[in-house]
Amino acid sequence: MKKIKDFTRIFVLWLSVMVPNMAHAALEIEISGGNAQQIPIAIVPFSQDTFKGHENIANIISADLRRSGLFRVLETGGVASRPTSISQVNFGDWTSLQAQALAVGKVEVLPGNRLKVSFQLADVLKQTHLTGMEYNITPSQLRLTSHKIADAIYQKLTGEAGIFASRIAYINKSGNRYALQVADVDGVNPQTVVSSNEPIISPAWSPDGAKVAYVSFEKKKPIIFVQSLMTGQRLTLASFKGNNSAPAWSPDGTKLAIVLTHSANSQLYTINADGSGLKQVTKSSAIDTEPTWSPDGKWIYFTSDRGGRPQIYKVSATGGEAQRVTFDGVNNLSPKLSPDGRSLAMIRFDGSKFKVALQDLASGQVQILSEGAQDESPSFAPNGRVLLYATRVGGRGALAAVSADGRVRQRLTQSGGDVREPAWGPMLN
Amino acid sequence: MNNVILSKKLLGALVLGMVLTACKSTPMTDKPAGIEDKSPSAAASQSTQSTDSSADTSGVKEVVIDSNATSGLSPLNDPNSILSKRNIYFDFDSDAVKAEFRPVIEAHAKYLLENGGAKVVLQGNADERGTREYNLSLGQRRAVSVKKSFNLLGVQDNQIETVSFGEEKATPNCDYENCHALNRRVDIVYGNE
Repeated sequence: MKKIKDFTRIFVLWLSVMVPNMAHAALEIEISGGNAQQIPIAIVPFSQDTFKGHENIANIISADLRRSGLFRVLETGGVASRPTSISQVNFGDWTSLQAQALAVGKVEVLPGNRLKVSFQLADVLKQTHLTGMEYNITPSQLRLTSHKIADAIYQKLTGEAGIFASRIAYINKSGNRYALQVADVDGVNPQTVVSSNEPIISPAWSPDGAKVAYVSFEKKKPIIFVQSLMTGQRLTLASFKGNNSAPAWSPDGTKLAIVLTHSANSQLYTINADGSGLKQVTKSSAIDTEPTWSPDGKWIYFTSDRGGRPQIYKVSATGGEAQRVTFDGVNNLSPKLSPDGRSLAMIRFDGSKFKVALQDLASGQVQILSEGAQDESPSFAPNGRVLLYATRVGGRGALAAVSADGRVRQRLTQSGGDVREPAWGPMLN
Repeated sequence: MNNVILSKKLLGALVLGMVLTACKSTPMTDKPAGIEDKSPSAAASQSTQSTDSSADTSGVKEVVIDSNATSGLSPLNDPNSILSKRNIYFDFDSDAVKAEFRPVIEAHAKYLLENGGAKVVLQGNADERGTREYNLSLGQRRAVSVKKSFNLLGVQDNQIETVSFGEEKATPNCDYENCHALNRRVDIVYGNE
C-alpha cells in the first residue's frame, strides 16, 4: 500500500478585493475617521526575543486582516521605532503614516519550551489602548495564536467576531487519489485526514471541530463514516443497502441528518452520532437530499424535486409535512443556513450556470454572489460574514470565498491539484 | 436498421474502450480493501486507533485506504454473449429506460432468474453538471428505474442492489453533449466484480 504524502501548500491567490462600504460594519470606535473605507492599520513586527521560530507573527496577522478586505495594512519599514508595547509608542511616528490603529507585541521564551506572546492594540488618533492579550503557548501553537490575535483585532475594530482561528476541510484529488484534507483558513498547514483510491465527498465538521463525517466510495458504493481528527478512529455511521450520503451534523452534535436510498430514491433520515436511532424524516417518491439544519436544530432544509425541478424545502427535524422555501430560478440546490438563521445560501441554476446565491429568509430577496459556471458546496464562515465554495478554474477544481455582501472575493488554488467540496469548520479554542 | 446496428457496435466499442481505460487507470493491488493502520500491534483492524503523544489539539491522524479492484473471470464477460453488455444509457434529465436496452435487461433478468444465488449491483451515474450530492441522487434514480425493469421481469429485490456513483466516475470536463451522454449511465455489475 502506498501512502501519499501531500503537504503541498495551498496558494492563496487574490482575485480582487473590492473596497467595502464600511457603513454597515459596527464601528464602535471612530477609527475610520468618517472617510476611510478600509481601516488603515500598522502591525509592528513582533519582537521575537531569542525565539528562532519560523513563523512571523506580524506577517500572519497582516495577511489575515488584508484578506478580510476590511483593512489596509500599512508598510511599516519606513518607521524607525519598533515598539513592543503601547507605553513605548511615539504616536507621532504612526499618525504621519496615517495609521488609525496600531498593533504591537512580543514573544518571550519561557522555561519548559513555552512561549509568552503578548500584543496590544492602540487607537492612534486618540492615543488610547484598545485591547490586549497574553498567551502562554507551546511553539507549535504560534501560528494559531497569531490567528487569534488577528481575530481580536478584527473583533475590536469591526464589532464582529473574527474567523481566522478556524480551519477548512476539502477534498483534494491528485491523479487517482482522493484526500480529505484540513488546513488553516489561510490555506497553510494542510493535513490529510483520510485518503483513498476511490472518491470521497461531502465532508462535514462536527460542531466541536473534533470529527469529520464524510462519504467514501471505498466499498464501491457511498458509505458514511465519522472520523476523529486527532486519533484517526473511524466509525461506519451508515452502511445500509443502497446509498448512504449527505451527512449533516445537528447543531448540538448529537445527531446527523443523512440520506439513504435502500432500494428507492434518496430520502432524509436522522441518526445518532454513534450510529444508533435511525429515524426516517421524509417519505416521498421524489429525490430528497442535501439536508442541513437550522441553527436552532428544529428544521432540516433540503433539496427536493417533488415539485418537478429541484428546489429547497424545509421539514421539521422530527418529520412531517415539508414546506417549499425557494421559488425563483430554474433549480435551487445545496441549502446552508447562516449561523444567525436569517439567510439561506444555496446553489442557483439559472438555466446555464450554477452560482452561489443568498436569500434573506424574512424578505425572500435573493442576491447572486458568484459568477459560476459550476460553483458548488457553499459553506458559511463561523461568523456568517464570508461564504466558502467550490469553483472551477481552467478545468480544475478550486476554492473561492466571497463576503456575504458580495464585495470581497478571494480564491484558493492548489498547484497541480483538483480541490473541491469545501466545508468551513468551527472556531478553534 | 443498419444504422442502429452500426451505432450499437460503435457504442460497444466505446464502452469497451472505456472499460479498458478504467482498468488501466485503476491501480491493482494484491491486498483486499482495507485501511492502513500505522500502529504495529493492530492486526486487521478496520480503523486506526493509535495516536502519538502529542497534545496539540490541532493534530490530524491520517488514514489511508487502498480499495482493490478485482476482476472476476465469468461467462458473464464472454464478449460474444449479450450478458457482456452492461451499460444502459439515458437521455438528458431522464430516468426512462430506452427501448434499445430492453434486450440487454431481458438477458440479465433471465440470468438472474436462472441463477438465484447471483446478485447484481446497478450502479447509477450522472454527468458532472450540478451538485455532487444531487447527482448522486440522479444516478440512483436511474439505477432504480433499471431495477424496476428487472422487477417487472420477475427479479426480486433480494438479488439487486441499486447504488450510485453520481458524477464521481464521470469523464471530467466534458464540453460536448456526446461526452455528457456517456456519463448518464447505469452499469450492471455482478457479485464482487
